[in-house]
Amino acid sequence: MRPSLRTTLFLAPATAWLLCMLVLPLVVVVVFSFGERGGAGGYVPAFTFENYANLGARWAAFRNTLTLAPFGTLLCLLIAYPLAYYLAQKASPRWRTLLLILVIVPFWTSILIRSYAWIQILGGNGLPRLIGEFGFGRPRFINTPFAVMVGIVYGYLPLMVFPIYVALEKLDRRLLEASSDLGSPPWRTFLQVTLPLSLAGVATGSMLVFILLMGEFLIPQLLGGGKVFFIGNALVDLFLQSRNWPFGAALAATLVLVMLVTVTLYLRSLRRLSGGRDDVALM
Amino acid sequence: MTDNSGHISAKEFLERLESYRKGSISRRHFLGVTGLGLATSVLAGAMPGLASRARAQGNIGDRVVIATWPNYHDPADFEAFKAATGCAVDMNVFGSNEEMLAKLQAGGTGWDVVVATNYTITTYVGEGIIEEIDLSRLPNYDKSATDPRFAGPGIVDGKTYAIPRNVGTTGFCINTADFDGTTPTSWKEFWDLTKGDLSGRSIVHDYQLTAIGNALKYFGYSFNSVDPKELDDAEKLLIEAKPHLFAITSDYQPSMRSGDATMSMCWAGDATQLHRDMPEIAYILGKEGGEIWSDFFTIPASAPHKDAAYALIDFLLEPNMAAKEALYHGYATGDSRVDALLPAEMRESEILYPAADLLNALEFGAAVTMTNPQRAEILARFKSA
Repeated sequence: MRPSLRTTLFLAPATAWLLCMLVLPLVVVVVFSFGERGGAGGYVPAFTFENYANLGARWAAFRNTLTLAPFGTLLCLLIAYPLAYYLAQKASPRWRTLLLILVIVPFWTSILIRSYAWIQILGGNGLPRLIGEFGFGRPRFINTPFAVMVGIVYGYLPLMVFPIYVALEKLDRRLLEASSDLGSPPWRTFLQVTLPLSLAGVATGSMLVFILLMGEFLIPQLLGGGKVFFIGNALVDLFLQSRNWPFGAALAATLVLVMLVTVTLYLRSLRRLSGGRDDVALM
Repeated sequence: MTDNSGHISAKEFLERLESYRKGSISRRHFLGVTGLGLATSVLAGAMPGLASRARAQGNIGDRVVIATWPNYHDPADFEAFKAATGCAVDMNVFGSNEEMLAKLQAGGTGWDVVVATNYTITTYVGEGIIEEIDLSRLPNYDKSATDPRFAGPGIVDGKTYAIPRNVGTTGFCINTADFDGTTPTSWKEFWDLTKGDLSGRSIVHDYQLTAIGNALKYFGYSFNSVDPKELDDAEKLLIEAKPHLFAITSDYQPSMRSGDATMSMCWAGDATQLHRDMPEIAYILGKEGGEIWSDFFTIPASAPHKDAAYALIDFLLEPNMAAKEALYHGYATGDSRVDALLPAEMRESEILYPAADLLNALEFGAAVTMTNPQRAEILARFKSA
């Protein structure tokens, strides 16, 4: 078998899958986004830019998503990095596997059930009551952006920990020793050797968390009480309540575009930070 | 049997039932401990009448899927249906008719029975989503026992498309413990309190019909208005109130029970359930009016298990079963045979059977509200604001 034929053969399933499950649906979304809503809802073929002109009506959802998603990603990063660093560099090999498993354990339970648990914890009879018992006022947690942020960091943290852990784990210790031998204090070794070499993990982790967060709707729905609204929630509403498929399609297409632009900018800046290494940036 | 572990006392049974209802023990645990699971299957086997009735429908298959509302069916009754027919009931729960319609329009739901509210029926018929009911397959349905006011919306062009299930009102519930003395009596007060003293403690439905309808009542407009100017006023009120809301949700019982919320838009049956467990929770019909509704059993044209659908509807219409369900969900059934079987405390309940002057002000939801694009968009803008 010729090598080129073999390559084609092996790539065929993935190509067919992506064509049917990604490219074609995306084409449908774009076509629908120029259509009109039917009398009882749904889609009627047409060619109009009205849906795009009307996007301003969901500005609040864009604003929420574009502030809470990056902020959530950053929070995950700040919490995950030290944890991953400890796991990869400091934890004794005897405990490392156990600790790594503990990071994954939450995934064994559905995010839905875990979010319901947070409803109880953050609800009036949970944490606020406990705080009240200590003589402080009873704060309000549930159905606030704070509750949504707690749910996001809790749910997405493992996705950030693992790529960073992998990057840090394969770090060549001889480079750290060399840096130290040449007179660098630890903080400088970290900034000039460890951090740049782990940027690939940071990039992967941030992308995983950020891209999923941009489409998130469950956590805001459950912990935000329908008040903290993401684009994901706007989409669910347009398709499942208002039955305005064309407007929903326009919103979805715009979300894809916004995501592409943000991700490109982010990876570009990260690549510049790392001095143009290829493993950090995909583009 | 040598010991007594197989039996439990009536008192213990009721305690277990209560824990089960509150969700602190699982259904399986409840049926196991109380022996009900076993009892229903033994009963079904021992009562030839019960079994043969279901079997008379022929082999109805092993699965039936029902799309319905939260807190609307006693899971034990579905268990009994399974015991009697061998057909398991899958329940899909929704917060609004619009959500059901969206799923039905997208297709492929696999639903056999859809519990739909009066104002949706003409749209469902017009879109060819539901089909005419074959009344000969529902021997337990007695049209003459049902108030025509409630059964009427199920009949389109002289054909019966929907069988009445429950009737009720939409008002609001309050936790009277959080009020000193004077309690609100109107939708005007509901919204003013939401924006004022009860800021952060009030809940609005995630449902265009009632969220917008009851905002329209603030101005004294019709619950069903689709007048653009009146709808603009309602939207303004909703958006003003939004920062003051505790939540926008149709599943408000947990927040009322935990005390997180003090006031919520509320369906009569939820009010009955809440009031039963927490007497300090009261139900109020706004004196300006609001919604009166009837729910229906319908069968989608796409239903994959039609035989099972008829069997399930007929099973639930049987007056003793319907009364048992009513005890659970707390709505009136509109069926005089069932009313006669209910305990006095339910028949005399003001939540179920409000005073005539309050009742007269109420409106049935209008079909146009379901498809009106402005109402759909207002609810979406209210939620995304």
